[in-house]
Amino acid sequence: MLILECPYCGVKAEETELASGGEAHLKRFGPGSDDEQFHDYLFMRENPKGVHFERWRHANGCGKWFHAARCTMTMEVFGTYAAQAYEPPQEIKDKITAKRPGWSWREFSDASE
Amino acid sequence: MKRYSAFAVAREALRYHTGWERAWRSPEPKRHYDVIIVGAGGHGLATAYYLGKNYGITNVAIIEKGWLGGGNTGRNTTIIRSNYLQDPSAAIYEKARSLYETMSQDLNYNVMFSPRGVIMLAQTEHEIRGYKRTAHANALQGVQTEWISPERVKEIVPIINLHGPRYPVLGGLWQERGGTARHDAVAWGYARACSDMGMDIIQQCEVTGVRTEGGRVAGVETSKGPIDCDKMGMIVAGNASHLSEMAGFRLPMESVALQALVSEPIKPCMDVVVMANTVHGYMSQSDKGEMVIGGGTDAANNYTQRGSFHHIEETVRALVETFPMVSRLKMLRQWGGIVDVTGDRSPLISKTPVGNCFINCGWGTGGFKSIPGSGWAMAELMATGHSPLTEEFTMNRFKEGKFIDESVAAGVAH
Repeated sequence: MLILECPYCGVKAEETELASGGEAHLKRFGPGSDDEQFHDYLFMRENPKGVHFERWRHANGCGKWFHAARCTMTMEVFGTYAAQAYEPPQEIKDKITAKRPGWSWREFSDASE
Repeated sequence: MKRYSAFAVAREALRYHTGWERAWRSPEPKRHYDVIIVGAGGHGLATAYYLGKNYGITNVAIIEKGWLGGGNTGRNTTIIRSNYLQDPSAAIYEKARSLYETMSQDLNYNVMFSPRGVIMLAQTEHEIRGYKRTAHANALQGVQTEWISPERVKEIVPIINLHGPRYPVLGGLWQERGGTARHDAVAWGYARACSDMGMDIIQQCEVTGVRTEGGRVAGVETSKGPIDCDKMGMIVAGNASHLSEMAGFRLPMESVALQALVSEPIKPCMDVVVMANTVHGYMSQSDKGEMVIGGGTDAANNYTQRGSFHHIEETVRALVETFPMVSRLKMLRQWGGIVDVTGDRSPLISKTPVGNCFINCGWGTGGFKSIPGSGWAMAELMATGHSPLTEEFTMNRFKEGKFIDESVAAGVAH
């Protein structure tokens, strides 16, 4: 069972307490964007085998949104961090690098490469 | 290929069953094929079969990283139906259902197609309206379905509890010619027929790269060395995103685990398939007597072939309300499969940005029922460049806003 620690209230919440919010760090495109950008924003989700960043909500808890870094192959959780972040904190990137050297996800990757 | 028949059984009985031959060959890959199909699941094998049968293309390799039929083809709940709302989906699923009717004779392999009937229960007012609409749409599409009353549901399924505490049964959408088939036999039957036409099924051979030349596909790198081809079909369900990245394009797709479970075998108690979509559970009884139960998909992307335990709990809780006898059953096995889900929950059967490379994926939670129709249409698309059945299922539909807007995969509220 997937267990994520809520970065706000510190509760180690299991899956039934959480609501999944899909891919993290999406740049939102709307009026004024070109068709390609809007299409990619709406439909072209990241679907990696391995390191993945997602949004989750502590729905049956404090109710707040947060981010999680997770492996889709093993269900291993690398860490959670606040919703108000444009990219994963260095500490979490380092943790992932230690376990998955050479990882990359969209514009983020193993900085030691 | 020696044909299977009553006479063959009698003949072999008289000589201690020494005359049976292997159902398919396991050859080493050649250096070049006209067509490479990646993925020896139901859809891949069906595509190869109809390429050979309908278009005479038999210099075909079907490459599989595991064993044939070991992915979602061997992991589903074997339900076959075609009661979809939108015309493009009804067309391809009805094509599939009609091909299932004669598949055993066609392949000379008993796929145990059992048109026992499928009921989709309406348990809310919205579902009543939705299914009545579907019944009307099906009448126009030539798909035989019928809206039935709760009393008729009880007649067909005596073990059902019409007056459940949360969701009473308010009626149902009944497709009498829907049913089940033996999922492994579908893969095995197609594999045997493909092998007989001279096609090479290469198992335990993983594709590690896709080679392109001048924007067209030239071949694949595999764990058994490079193989060249003129055309390629990617038919790998949950791993479609992974494979398309090797070819250099992306898909509007996410992969999640979908679970199923079976109970201990019991005496015959339900001779139809029942789907309860509001509460997300569906059930049928296999010929062995096990109750085969399907549940919901995981909330978040994963490739674990396992699934979250709480989904099993939700599914069983819902079924216990609708079928109280389920509470006394012991569950034997639980497993998961990785389903690939698109933005509108309809499949992609399409040309790709890479020339002569075709993709058939995104069947989500409803791939098994469509295997023959999907293979038929994909073969037509690969052989001739155009298939009326696949017209609406292109990759570009998201760009153009031409969604096939129903939760096609399971016809359920995802």
